[in-house]
Amino acid sequence: MLEIRDLHVSIDGKEILHGINLVVNPGEIHAIMGPNGSGKSTLAKVLAGREGYTPTRGKVLYNGTDLLQMLPEDRAREGIFLGFQYPVEIPGVSNMYFLKTALNSIRKHNGLEELDAMDFLVLAKEKMKLVDMDEGLINRAVNEGFSGGEKKRNEVFQMAVLEPKLAILDETDSGLDIDALRTVADGVNALRRPDRSIVLVTHYQRLLNYIVPDKVHVLLDGRIVKSGGKELALELEEKGYAWLENGTGSKPAVMS
Amino acid sequence: MKTAESIHELAEREYKYGFVTDIETDMVPPGLDEDIIRLISAKKNEPEFMLEWRLKAFRHWKTLKEPTWANVHYPPIDYQRISYYAAPKMKSKPKSLDEVDPELLATYEKLGIPLRERELLAGVAVDAVFDSVSVATTFKEKLADLGIIFCSFSDAVQNHPDLVQKYLGDVVPYTDNFFAALNSAVFSDGSFCYIPKGVRCPMELSTYFRINAASTGQFERTLIIAEEGSYVSYLEGCTAPMRDENQLHAAVVELIAHDNASIKYSTVQNWYPGDKDGKGGIYNFVTKRGKCKGVNSKISWTQVETGSAITWKYPSCILMGDNSVGEFYSVALTNNYQQADTGTKMIHLGKNTRSTIVSKGISAGRGQNTYRGMVKIMKNAERARNYSRCDSLLIGDKCGAHTFPYIEVKNSTAQMEHEASTSKIGEDQLFYCQQRGIAPEAAVSMIVNGFCKEVFKELPMEFAVEAQKLLSVSLEGSVG
Ligand SMILES: Nc1ncnc2c1ncn2[C@@H]1O[C@H](COP(=O)(O)OP(=O)(O)OP(=O)(O)O)[C@@H](O)[C@H]1O
Ligand SMILES: [Mg+2]
Repeated sequence: MLEIRDLHVSIDGKEILHGINLVVNPGEIHAIMGPNGSGKSTLAKVLAGREGYTPTRGKVLYNGTDLLQMLPEDRAREGIFLGFQYPVEIPGVSNMYFLKTALNSIRKHNGLEELDAMDFLVLAKEKMKLVDMDEGLINRAVNEGFSGGEKKRNEVFQMAVLEPKLAILDETDSGLDIDALRTVADGVNALRRPDRSIVLVTHYQRLLNYIVPDKVHVLLDGRIVKSGGKELALELEEKGYAWLENGTGSKPAVMS
Repeated sequence: MKTAESIHELAEREYKYGFVTDIETDMVPPGLDEDIIRLISAKKNEPEFMLEWRLKAFRHWKTLKEPTWANVHYPPIDYQRISYYAAPKMKSKPKSLDEVDPELLATYEKLGIPLRERELLAGVAVDAVFDSVSVATTFKEKLADLGIIFCSFSDAVQNHPDLVQKYLGDVVPYTDNFFAALNSAVFSDGSFCYIPKGVRCPMELSTYFRINAASTGQFERTLIIAEEGSYVSYLEGCTAPMRDENQLHAAVVELIAHDNASIKYSTVQNWYPGDKDGKGGIYNFVTKRGKCKGVNSKISWTQVETGSAITWKYPSCILMGDNSVGEFYSVALTNNYQQADTGTKMIHLGKNTRSTIVSKGISAGRGQNTYRGMVKIMKNAERARNYSRCDSLLIGDKCGAHTFPYIEVKNSTAQMEHEASTSKIGEDQLFYCQQRGIAPEAAVSMIVNGFCKEVFKELPMEFAVEAQKLLSVSLEGSVG
């Protein structure tokens, strides 16, 4: 599905990611953890094609094609979805209209017939149930005046409608109350499929109780310094990140 | 990577009204003096009072200087090089549409304004003005049954001279400003509407202005009178061929609302804006004003200004009657080298008068967009209220947005509220849309339409759709 090889990324001439290696196979769920400012969102956004995030070295293959050569909208149409850490407000544009336009752009690209307003409404209603999304939100302007939690839920709702192949959820769990976290996690689990991969960026082990990852990676200062199974998340919760700091971090530094 | 299809789409989306109709034109030679004015008046077979009024206006115009206070820049206009009258040649005045030159009918059809009876737009009566003359007015008889007069200005001068004489210049006297004086001297045609007492006009009235001939100016005049308790919704649209030279359009619109009457006036202005390097395009210098003469009367302006190289336009309301209401909803878009200086004046004279101003300026490319507004609360305007909101949206970093709100309050009971904002279509917004599969062009047009929503909802339904499409076309090339 996704293969990242020695990826270096700069923003405004400053290197933020210093050689990322990561392989995500179809159906797998990977969690990426790491302290603030370590480069998690940078990695997420460069995969989605954010302008100004310049890959300076390395390669990314997405289902065998060179991802970094593709336009952001084409990446989306080919099935990459980014759940934003900070979803953007678009005043005056209804959520419904926005999402219908998005879905139809993707469908058109894939040779599918565009959905009319009625069919879309039926689909949207079904997915709203899946993530327990309030009907009022869908008719409001995109993210405008949404609470933090509502914005996150809206991201998951969009994911449910767009049915991506590779979903990268950047701290979609932050800002959610306990019940909301549960529903959103259930929603994500319901979307699990053998041919759909999910990359979760999170600070909280708690989420991983609900969505059990196949792999956990620790990103520190622009490098993946440790990878492991779901136990790694528990270990991090207990020890923090300090024991991983030091040098390249390829092996844990001795701390007492 | 663009597919062949989307490239085709892009090519299609250039200014699509830029064609020229090949038709024989009766045109007076360039230049402006009293003889030309007499000639225009004679061609139109006008009564003496009209000629007198034109000449007074001309003599006054000669004493005036072209205004320079607006935030627009253009080389000096040589008023002697413009031809002040151009009309498609017709053997005699067509009595019905069957007698109208098929070439003209085809032109309007191409513009999406069918004039033939069987193809008429349902619920919209159209007066079609081609260069200096009105070529056809639809639904005239049907409206006449209700006592509504909807005809070309020239017809009104012939058939309802008393009304014309009573109201002409009542709201915009020829002394008002340079361009209004010029218009008063040389205006050739336009629309005239009279809604009698208590009548609610059952359809939209609209005028479609088309400039065709080269080296001419278009100087039309519109007069709308709403008698006590009547209602009318009026819409104007405009286009012109693409030419390298600039052409002058200096119109005057006067609205009069008596007791309890209400006039809704909507404009979708799409004159040729010039090419992407700023060559050619229409200079749109227009004076529009309405007088809420009676108690509880209401005048509402809605404008969507996407065309013209330069727009200089301030649709205004004089709120004389107690409890009268003035509204101004505006979207002005400037792309490439377009310049717009537009806004409104709300003059509160009566008690409890209320005004609302909502202005949305969008600048893209090297476009310069200025909002200029004045709210004046006069001494006797007890408890007058105004709400103003001016929002500017910038696309790219070579364009500009400017706001000049002037407020003058002479009565301490007035309530004024003013909000303003300037935002940029951020990379974040664009990226968010792209990440959902939406191409940048479509994303910009979606974001801009969202920004203009409050204004679009004031437009009659079918024109709101048209306005949205127009915005997307006008934004062509603003990203990437
Ligand atoms: N536009 C930018 N210009 C300069 N530096 C930037 C820019 N964007 C991000 N950075 C820097 O890149 C580093 C990584 O930021 P990033 O947002 O990827 O961190 P993160 O791991 O997602 O953090 P958090 O957990 O707080 O979300 C930070 O030091 C940040 O300041
Ligand atoms: Mg982050």
